Amino acid sequence: MNKAATIWEVFIQSKNGLPHKHVGNVHAEDKEMALQNARDLYTRRNEGSCIWVVKSEHIVSSVPEDEESFFDPANDKVYRHPTFYDLPDGAKHI
Amino acid sequence: MQDLEKYILRIADSSLILSHRLSEWCSKGPSLEEDIALSNISLDLLGQANSLLEYCGKINGTKTADDLAFKRGEREFFNFQICEQENGHFGDTIARQFLFDSFTLLFFKKLSESKDEILSAIALKSIKEINYHLRHSSNWVLRLGDGTATSKEKIQNSFNKIWKYTGEFFEMDQLDLKMLDLKIGVNNNQLKKEWDIIVNDTLKKAKLNRPEDGFMMTGSKNGIHTELLGKILSEMQYIPRAYPDAKW
Repeated sequence: MNKAATIWEVFIQSKNGLPHKHVGNVHAEDKEMALQNARDLYTRRNEGSCIWVVKSEHIVSSVPEDEESFFDPANDKVYRHPTFYDLPDGAKHI
Repeated sequence: MQDLEKYILRIADSSLILSHRLSEWCSKGPSLEEDIALSNISLDLLGQANSLLEYCGKINGTKTADDLAFKRGEREFFNFQICEQENGHFGDTIARQFLFDSFTLLFFKKLSESKDEILSAIALKSIKEINYHLRHSSNWVLRLGDGTATSKEKIQNSFNKIWKYTGEFFEMDQLDLKMLDLKIGVNNNQLKKEWDIIVNDTLKKAKLNRPEDGFMMTGSKNGIHTELLGKILSEMQYIPRAYPDAKW
């Protein structure tokens, strides 16, 4: 594979109903091969039930310089956390 | 040797020897991704061979799967000659794999209807794996065939070179006929039609020419092989022969 091969980000859903989680990336020339490579690299030990691959270039990321203005304002607002509620016993994955 | 034992060995040996061939790619693949893909396929084939050899050992009563894998000589191996052919370049490996996958998928589908419950169970489990192998190999046939002028030329040559080893897939000897009669075995001859469809279709999509069915190699049903099998065995069997019954 040539060095210019596209990089794809890989997301695996471990079980139906759970969110897809980022696990890493693969090189591939097209989407079918990306999916195939992701399957081979990241689901060899029963990790998943569904795979998403997305071209890395399509992911928009915040940069470290944004950190303060993006995340610090949330620090002193505890009332935004749902910690004042009792969770019902039946609620899962929270 | 019982008939059933020999029939199973034929199937097991093809998986085992091709598994060994593919394992030679480990750490030498064209990319990290492909290195792992080929090793995965190799391990699937090893798993199939192991199940079959264990079953064979059980019928035999005195030999284990390891005995069968590591303590037989060339003339006692019955794998298709295509399985022992060299990896060559990546296109050579893909051509060999594609032709083998498309045959074994059809073969195991039929074998899953076998009256022998264990053979049928092993076949059912293997079909899932082979479906994936075929998807992998045919995807590469399409990309190499319909890729650049160089990749096209290379994989066309790969198919031309390996073609003469595909005749063995469809041979039926006395033993095969007997197993077919007992509703244990498969009619390989009948698989040819469907195999032609899969192969022709993929080659056409890949803009490759199907080589002519000319002279075909034969002999593996009777333990006749190309010189390559001996070299594989000397590597594969070295440790168990140098340190018999070593455990890890």
